[in-house]
Amino acid sequence: MMSAPVGTWLDIGPTTQIAPGTARTLPVVGGEEIAVFHTMRGEFYALVNSCPHKQGPLSQGIVHGDTVTCPLHNWRISLRTGEAQGDDEGCTPTIPLKVDSGRLFLLREAVIPSGKPKAA
Amino acid sequence: MNAPTKLPQPAKEKLVVIGNGMAGCRAVEELLERDPDRYSVTIFGAEPRVNYNRIMLSPVLAGEKTFDEIVINSAEWYAENGIELVGGDPVEQIDRQAKSIIAKSGRVEPYDKLLIATGSDPFIIPIPGNDLAGVVTFRDLDDVDKMLAAAQQGGDAVVIGGGLLGLEAAHGLSLRGMKVTVVHLMPALMERQLDEAAGYLLRQELESRGQTILTSANTKVIHGVEGKVVGIELEDGTKVKADIVVMAAGIKPSTSLARSADLECERGIVVDDNMVTSDSDILAVGECVQHRGTCYGLVAPLWDMCRSLADYLTGAPNGYEGSVTSTKLKVSGIDLFSAGDFSGGDGCEDIVMRDAARGVYKRVVLKDDKIIGAVLYGDTADGNWYFDLLKKEEDVADIREGLIFGQAFASGGALADPNAAVAALSDDAEICGCNGVSKGKVISCIAKGAHSVDAVRSTCKASASCGSCTNLVESLLALTLGDDVQTGPRTLCKCTSFTHDDVRRLILEKELKVIPEVMQELHWTTPEGCASCRPALNYYLLCAWPGEYEDDEKSRYVNERLHANIQKDGTYSVVPRMWGGLTTPDELRAIADAAEKYGARTVKVTGGQRIDLFGIKKEDLPAIWGDLNAAGMVSGHAYGKALRTVKTCVGSEWCRFGTQDSTGLGVKIERMTWGSYMPHKFKIAVSGCPRNCAEATIKDFGVVCVDSGYELHVGGNGGIHVRATDLLCKVETEEQAMEYCAAFIQLYREDAHYLERTAPWLERKGLDWIKSQLFDDPDAIKNYAKRFRFSQKFWQVDPWANRAGGAHKDLHSHLAEVRPLSMENA
Repeated sequence: MMSAPVGTWLDIGPTTQIAPGTARTLPVVGGEEIAVFHTMRGEFYALVNSCPHKQGPLSQGIVHGDTVTCPLHNWRISLRTGEAQGDDEGCTPTIPLKVDSGRLFLLREAVIPSGKPKAA
Repeated sequence: MNAPTKLPQPAKEKLVVIGNGMAGCRAVEELLERDPDRYSVTIFGAEPRVNYNRIMLSPVLAGEKTFDEIVINSAEWYAENGIELVGGDPVEQIDRQAKSIIAKSGRVEPYDKLLIATGSDPFIIPIPGNDLAGVVTFRDLDDVDKMLAAAQQGGDAVVIGGGLLGLEAAHGLSLRGMKVTVVHLMPALMERQLDEAAGYLLRQELESRGQTILTSANTKVIHGVEGKVVGIELEDGTKVKADIVVMAAGIKPSTSLARSADLECERGIVVDDNMVTSDSDILAVGECVQHRGTCYGLVAPLWDMCRSLADYLTGAPNGYEGSVTSTKLKVSGIDLFSAGDFSGGDGCEDIVMRDAARGVYKRVVLKDDKIIGAVLYGDTADGNWYFDLLKKEEDVADIREGLIFGQAFASGGALADPNAAVAALSDDAEICGCNGVSKGKVISCIAKGAHSVDAVRSTCKASASCGSCTNLVESLLALTLGDDVQTGPRTLCKCTSFTHDDVRRLILEKELKVIPEVMQELHWTTPEGCASCRPALNYYLLCAWPGEYEDDEKSRYVNERLHANIQKDGTYSVVPRMWGGLTTPDELRAIADAAEKYGARTVKVTGGQRIDLFGIKKEDLPAIWGDLNAAGMVSGHAYGKALRTVKTCVGSEWCRFGTQDSTGLGVKIERMTWGSYMPHKFKIAVSGCPRNCAEATIKDFGVVCVDSGYELHVGGNGGIHVRATDLLCKVETEEQAMEYCAAFIQLYREDAHYLERTAPWLERKGLDWIKSQLFDDPDAIKNYAKRFRFSQKFWQVDPWANRAGGAHKDLHSHLAEVRPLSMENA
């Protein structure tokens, strides 16, 4: 079992706002947009909303199992690890997410860029 | 001295147990087994009765068992073991300072060790009306009594919650004669234990037993009259009549007593590996605890916990390490088993077996050659075997090939190789049940030259119907031919052994109406399909069942889901429809305004005679559509596997060479065909004379007007492989041109593979075949066109107007926005 990451958790609202099999986005000022996925099996994952290939918005891909297929060039990205599947190589950063009492939480430290915010 | 005198004994430690349920009693049993003399035990129970098997309440409700049959420990047991049972007197307070508890009756009981086993409470959904008479939970015998009383009156029951408990309650009430509706918040039943495929089979079975299942259904309010429940209302306004409402939406650990004593609690009472709470003299066990971050709601972990607790209390701690759980649904006649982790993931492999004829679905999830999860439906005989392998983390590499066929098969030595198992079959063994084909017959058919699955199917029919014996036929091919097996035509995708044609044919033959049904009946090897087959199945179903099939947005590519074209930077382009390439100053003004208002960075005239606005943000799409709608424009479907555009030249109205009103005909054809989904994009053009300014001869369907009528051309393409059209026929009137256009489109829609343009389709099928389909039967054109027009009734709705009106807001809006702390503070 993975040890729970340490940090503060950012409440991003109720689980019901993301229908199963879909994803929604969370822009981060000064950072990279995050995609929050809800699989058909009821699990939630958060990744940077950017394919390692050509930065396609993964949130708009088709979700199957715990994989999303990028809408731009059909790379398959694991929602668990962010790793490209099959013959493709690359990795999208993931953001620790937990579900508690019907609400979604992201690890704040992973969401907010540690360095200086990029110029807006 | 008649009074009996007790021999002096070493003072026993005093153990007080709060909770006379399964956990509390089991813990005491385990203790007694290890050291019967160590503790003097007092058990406090809230219910005024002895300990019974709570998980068997479902069979009691269903009338399959009586209360006496589910009692675990009778009154004699307590007496024999010197245990004092204080029933019907719940503990209300723990005084940690004084090391005593205070019960409701006022009784104070001191303890050396205290064990909290308060279990869990039903989760009461916080909605209006949840306190009405007739709203019950499903937790103890009193609840069962209330449900039985209600069932005697007959009428309607609503069960809120489609999990294990809810479905068991629904089953019981249904057997007791009530009309039951199950209302479940999530899209699939028992979504925590089952994957989509098994959930679908379960739903089918329950519905066939007369239950109504409402999924993705959020209960908004429970209505009552004079304090008594009369029905529920869902978020979407649906109302369901109810004489009784059972809340079975889940449980939560019962922690209030522990919290009031300031013991550390999160979701449950936090315990260490010895089940000790934050107070070293207080222990906790069962559903009320949280161990290593996990709260359990099943019975098996409870047994494990009680063992560890007893080991610790008798001075031989071994530490509880958490439990792997399995689930069986206690609904008679439904065999369902799930265990472990079946959500998949990296390095995980699925082995899936589906047998539609028997209604069986089996899925075993492997990781590093070990079983980590299993879902079985219809045939759970091997559930315990899989669970055993899972718990023992046994390496299954050697039996992997035959694993899915179960223990008997996989353990059968040489038979673990499926080919060997097939080879061992006698010649008269039946291979294909649907068509009654024996092994000998298949082999002789292979010997006569059928060297592929498809060839076998077309000669002796084995595996040609339900397909469940395809793997047997493949084995026979391999056995008979060795390496000479011809791989058949390409399958639809890696999830299936069927081709596009097979799938389309079987959807119609077997009347398959939804994606999970197709996957089950056609033995899909993945639980949810993939990004290739899902859009294909969605199209095949909407083509097969117009007006009936509900489009599955999750199975659409992004462009069709967002009704705009995604661009490489993640923004979208928007193309309003211009009928036949015609526009007006007002429309152009509205387009110009929209381009400025929404910051279109590029405005381009397309090859299809319309205007494309680039760089529109996902969030702005509904608003820009609203503006374009207001100027009378609708979606151009420039993003769809659909009718794109009808390109025209100016024709006889202006052109000195024009022979017919090509613009007018183009507009009419576009009005007839817009909104239609196709296997791939579809382009039409109408040229007013053979100079062909509208380039009709590189379109999917092209009309070239001539003096004497209209030439109809098909199968052209201006893409990578430029292909000029073939002449289909010549007709005399506009009406005929339109009728033939509709018929050709429908033939393409009904026959082509998903993502196959008309050009490769025509080359694959041949122009003669297409002509014979359309012209051999004098009614064919009329019938195809009629089916096309019928389907259009459901699709000529502007998708932009829907979205602009607020539909699917979630697809266009962000969840929230995050700002860095430094900026938050600024």
